[in-house]
Amino acid sequence: MRKILPPLILGLLLLGGWEAAVDVLAIPTYLLPGPIVIARTLVSDWQTLAESWWITMSIALAALAAAVVLGVALSVLFSASKWVERSFFPYAVILQVTPIVAIAPLIIVWVNDTSLSLLICAWIVAFFPILSNTTLGLNSADRNLVDLFKLYRARWWQRMAFLKLPSAMPYFLAGLKISGGLSLIGAVVAEFVAGTGGQASGLAYRILESGYQLKIPRMFAALALISLSGILLFLALSLLSHLCLRRWHESEIREEN
Amino acid sequence: MPRSIVSCRDVSKRFANGTLALDGATLDVEERQFLSLLGPSGCGKSTLLRLIAGLAQPSTGTITWNGGHDGLSFVFQEPTLMPWATALDNVVLPLRLAGAARAEREAQAAAALADVGLAGFEKSYPRELSGGMKMRVSIARALVTRPTLLLMDEPFAALDEITRFKLNNDLLELWQRDRFTAVFVTHSVFESVFLSQRIAVMTSRPGRVQSEIVVDAPYPRDAGYRTSPLYNEHCRSVSAALEKSMAHA
Repeated sequence: MRKILPPLILGLLLLGGWEAAVDVLAIPTYLLPGPIVIARTLVSDWQTLAESWWITMSIALAALAAAVVLGVALSVLFSASKWVERSFFPYAVILQVTPIVAIAPLIIVWVNDTSLSLLICAWIVAFFPILSNTTLGLNSADRNLVDLFKLYRARWWQRMAFLKLPSAMPYFLAGLKISGGLSLIGAVVAEFVAGTGGQASGLAYRILESGYQLKIPRMFAALALISLSGILLFLALSLLSHLCLRRWHESEIREEN
Repeated sequence: MPRSIVSCRDVSKRFANGTLALDGATLDVEERQFLSLLGPSGCGKSTLLRLIAGLAQPSTGTITWNGGHDGLSFVFQEPTLMPWATALDNVVLPLRLAGAARAEREAQAAAALADVGLAGFEKSYPRELSGGMKMRVSIARALVTRPTLLLMDEPFAALDEITRFKLNNDLLELWQRDRFTAVFVTHSVFESVFLSQRIAVMTSRPGRVQSEIVVDAPYPRDAGYRTSPLYNEHCRSVSAALEKSMAHA
């Protein structure tokens, strides 16, 4: 409770200030709608917005899942062979530092299926933190434990399953928390570039569309939904991390006084 | 004549960075004996232990395991437990790696924990245990495979004296019961005299076995032995040997 209350009070104060400023200064809603108008729009346009929300979320979640599977698989491969790591890692970095807005148009042109191209864009953004963190984690196993496994003639897969993967767990989970947010950002950015119209469009398209039609409250409502989804994703992944690490990892251990 | 189970002949070890850690060390590990390697820090005694374990290769010289390389266990200076696993799962590890059946390995691990006085702590995680208890788990893990040779690298160096004395007593009890061969690295004259039948005194870097001293006090050794004139006398002669070995460096 003591952790939630201060940010909650601050948030309510800011929203109240915003609403008051909009009222007192008589700012028209097409410039800056107040929070109450935005909330009302969120309710009245719920049908369209929820549909779009689900489309964006499913792309982000699918991209995150792909990032986890491929990121972990590739880092396991890296830890199996230094040569594979040396060959591939620079290209993973290149993939990471190339701005997604710059390559998204190409991907959208190359890949016929729109959802698939959006998925690929979101995946590119979400993939790297998982790869680099898990690779670091797999190489961070305790030296003496590595010796112990050698002494007992552990097989490669035993060392991986019982030593390296558990050692990498905290690193992987930290990467996952970053990738969760990034997958959503990647999906939204790709939607902006793709700009697909019609029924089956994500939240980014709703923002573009509302902008063209000067339905600014709906634009803010869509934006609020994106932020809210990002926060929920982060909280869910933090909870997962807590559940996995609470019994043994330093980051989860609270001092008892 | 006791049988030598590991013979080191003129063993030298130079690390990649050029440091010569061992220079012509010769040592026999005799079956069922409690042997201590005693020397100042940095004398290469841990290196020699790692060579005996087969965790590193000598640069020159030979190491022969008479009767093979199996049945060997190692206790590190730190407890070296897996923090994500319970005490029981940590002790189970060697049996699991060897492919033992689940029920069997868990029963053996629980028995090994009970042997080191940790019955009831099976489900505890390492961070919930004290330093001494973690070291006990580490010893249980080493003994669960019923090793013929137990190698220990200053296992109690980081513990307070009261805990160390207690662990010394318990270790001797287990050794007398199971009669494995023990090689114990330490920098403490008192600890080596209390525990061992034979002490190999090493010179400062580069390390060599300077002299060997037989401690002929009978077992069981207990608190009474720690205050006996015989113990004092051995401590004095081992201290003198250690001093002499350091003067050579």
